[in-house]
Amino acid sequence: MIVELTSDPIDVPRLIAHVNQPSNGGICTFLGVVRDNAEGRPVVKLGYEAYESMAVAQMRTIVEEAMQRWDLDAVALAHRTGELQIGEASVAIAVGAPHRAEAFEACRYIIDTLKTRVPIWKKEFFRDGAVWVEPVSSQPSAQ
Amino acid sequence: MAGTKPPPSASPPVAPAAISVRVLFFASLADLMGERRRRLQLPADSTIADALRDMANDVPELAVRAPHVSFAVNEAFVSADAPLSDGDELALIPPVSGG
Repeated sequence: MIVELTSDPIDVPRLIAHVNQPSNGGICTFLGVVRDNAEGRPVVKLGYEAYESMAVAQMRTIVEEAMQRWDLDAVALAHRTGELQIGEASVAIAVGAPHRAEAFEACRYIIDTLKTRVPIWKKEFFRDGAVWVEPVSSQPSAQ
Repeated sequence: MAGTKPPPSASPPVAPAAISVRVLFFASLADLMGERRRRLQLPADSTIADALRDMANDVPELAVRAPHVSFAVNEAFVSADAPLSDGDELALIPPVSGG
């Protein structure tokens, strides 16, 4: 398992290599990349801030949940912090599985769950200011 | 009798029990509070809600934001009625937007 939070560009081939194991017949990857607009308003760049120790712990828990649920032996998850330019990957997931269905489902589970409970925040920078993106729908709740 | 403890009234007065917690602020809450962390002294048996009331004395807007804030104590999500203990790390977590 690779789980990391990094201020450096994500090395996607390294994540894929980690899950490319002989028992796997499919690898599903997901990249979240920086879009040049927020609902039409031009975005110049993004900044990501994390509660680093808890974010890594939550990311690891989510990966473990996916590995158990879909009986996987290799998953890699990386998320950026700091400033990102348009087109850069902010998050990358690679899931290897014996068959494609599990790989797709687990990859989807990991990104959807990350967005609801990993303490990371995105700031959108516009030409004339910046705002933290804080959708109330993504408010984590105590289980 | 020799060796008997002095009566309680002879002891120095016991200080009121208090706890010290480290509070972390992130993203818009760090902007609101003007800091990323602070140390907070609270009476023993305080909850997160008590801590919020204390901090809202300085920054009333915090009380307005609180319904949309989640809480973690020592990196585990908990609800606002969770008790705090001496040495805890309390994180105020605005709605997350990773990915």
